[in-house]
Amino acid sequence: MPKVLAVAEQRDGALRGVSAEVVTAARVVADGVGGEVDVVVAGPPGVAGEAGGLGRYGAERVWVVESDALRLYSPEGMTEIVAELIRGQDYYAVLFPGSALGKDLAPRVAARLELPLAGDAVGLAVEDGELVVTRPVYGGRAMAEVVLEAEPRLVTVRPNMFRPEERPAAGSVERLDVGIRPESWRVRVREVVTEHTHVDVAEAPIVVSGGRGMKGPENWHLLEELCMALGPQCALGASRAVVDAGWRPHSEQVGQTGKTVSPQLYIAVGISGAMQHLAGIRGARTIVAINKDPDAPIFKVATYGIVGDVLEVLPRLTEEIRKLRAAG
Amino acid sequence: MRIVVCVKRVPDTEARIRIAESRTAVDPAGLKYIVSPYDEYAVETALRLKEARGEGEVVAVTVGDAAAGESLRAVLAMGADRGVLLRGETTMDGLATARALAAELGGAQADLILFGLKAADDEQQQVGPMVAELLGLPCVTAVAEVEVGDGQVVCRREVEGGVEVVESPLPAVLTITKGKFEPRYASLKGIMAAKKKPLEEKEARPGPNRVRVRALRYPPERQPGRIVGTGPEAVPELVRLLREEAKVL
Ligand SMILES: Cc1cc2nc3c(=O)[nH]c(=O)nc-3n(C[C@H](O)[C@H](O)[C@H](O)COP(=O)(O)OP(=O)(O)OC[C@H]3O[C@@H](n4cnc5c(N)ncnc54)[C@H](O)[C@@H]3O)c2cc1C
Ligand SMILES: Nc1ncnc2c1ncn2[C@@H]1O[C@H](COP(=O)(O)O)[C@@H](O)[C@H]1O
Repeated sequence: MPKVLAVAEQRDGALRGVSAEVVTAARVVADGVGGEVDVVVAGPPGVAGEAGGLGRYGAERVWVVESDALRLYSPEGMTEIVAELIRGQDYYAVLFPGSALGKDLAPRVAARLELPLAGDAVGLAVEDGELVVTRPVYGGRAMAEVVLEAEPRLVTVRPNMFRPEERPAAGSVERLDVGIRPESWRVRVREVVTEHTHVDVAEAPIVVSGGRGMKGPENWHLLEELCMALGPQCALGASRAVVDAGWRPHSEQVGQTGKTVSPQLYIAVGISGAMQHLAGIRGARTIVAINKDPDAPIFKVATYGIVGDVLEVLPRLTEEIRKLRAAG
Repeated sequence: MRIVVCVKRVPDTEARIRIAESRTAVDPAGLKYIVSPYDEYAVETALRLKEARGEGEVVAVTVGDAAAGESLRAVLAMGADRGVLLRGETTMDGLATARALAAELGGAQADLILFGLKAADDEQQQVGPMVAELLGLPCVTAVAEVEVGDGQVVCRREVEGGVEVVESPLPAVLTITKGKFEPRYASLKGIMAAKKKPLEEKEARPGPNRVRVRALRYPPERQPGRIVGTGPEAVPELVRLLREEAKVL
């Protein structure tokens, strides 16, 4: 029976949300080829307990490697583990999260195994036994359908495109026997400096972004309040203009030279909608624009727009969302 | 200290893209091309490292057709010392590009090999770490800040929710994201000087392309937007639509 491998992601022993998404994506591919899903998780001792939970999303087998050396991301350690597992099994495809970790790891594994890799899949379909990967190119100005002429097919999966779906399977945990050699790893993560603990803009289901129309960093509390009202699943974003002005950090920049987002809801506040900004938000399902200029290009892509001054519209929007949330 | 920067020539990020009749590629006719934006950040990083040390050489390398030579000239005009054009076809198979680059860079004796985080056309985000793996070099990706010490680099790497402080021995491969510095513009003097800088041309050896583009299409058109209203009075209707129509609240 064909098998599809999903590479899960953990930080400090806790699985990250993208893991369930990758398992769901792997399930889609496995269904297409009439196969099963394996998952691999590597992390500090205790991670196995978490990993078994991925059975909920359709994993039959969960390969686990536990070592203190794997608490933080080790590119070399993870490459060793994943490449070794792939070598020993016959996988039809291997799916990685399209996160910072997955995009670092997948190309290393691909080069080590001399396999091509398709990055940032937003769609996966099996047609006549072929895996067709749909991926945005040219900043989302075009979509490419590609086929990898090799086996296994390596793919990274864009966050938020495959919503985790319950699909109970065995999820039996098995220890993967690979002799990792931490003393030979050259790249070391010294520390992780946490800037915020809430959801990252690249992975958030709701994003509130501010642009130059916000007038200055002193008005950002208005966006923060709206974000709070929308709940813990909301993250702040920014246009490049405000990042360049030093109002916000680059980690919040959305667009061609920032993050690509694919939330259910994207609220663009005082953002004109330049091509390079749009490059980052094409995957958003619903876009709301608030801008005082009715001719701003953002209105061409916005599902809903309000023409008005952000400083007047924002407080009202926050108030209405709070009311709605309070009403449950 | 020798720093190699790999750069790619890509369509302008502002340009309208037209899909060719083959339906598997972009029509290059009339398209303006630029050095891929993240690659410019990599060039800026290389130039600053060289300037801070007061010595060193910055070498720009590209795989592409004859026109890619223009991109190398643009990078030389920014301040790189010499360029290498590996002439060959570029495809969506990043491993093929990586093979061509690795074949050249294996003997380049570079202390650092810099890449952009991703190329603005294929956006695979893979060529850098692939080259590292093929050459057996350590690699750090998504680097916003670099500090070169004695035989090692310390990088600030952007991850979800924060930064990782990562160290690696030299030589190393880094992929560069936007950091504190904007890429410099070429001065007139730089442009003149670039004309005299060495630009070597060789044949690329990318090997087989195993990523077949079956189709290229335009993204699904977004339904034309709707202006709900003007000013704060329009907010209740917006919230209603978000809840009842879009079902996102
Ligand atoms: C290579 C390259 C890469 C780039 N990458 C990115 C990227 O990753 N992300 C990105 O965002 N940009 C990027 N850009 C920049 C992009 O071209 C735009 O310059 C930028 O997006 C503009 O930001 P903005 O919309 O905040 O500012 P502006 O374009 O100045 O727009 C401000 C908007 O606010 C509105 N406004 C003003 N005051 C008010 C008010 N009181 N109430 C309501 N509305 C108001 C105005 O009508 C206007 O539409 C890139 C550019 C290049 C060349
Ligand atoms: N044809 C090429 N020539 C030189 N460098 C390239 C080429 N293609 C990609 N690169 C480098 O690899 C990086 C990542 O490209 P990609 O993996 O396609 O997103 C780019 O930012 C460049 O630094």
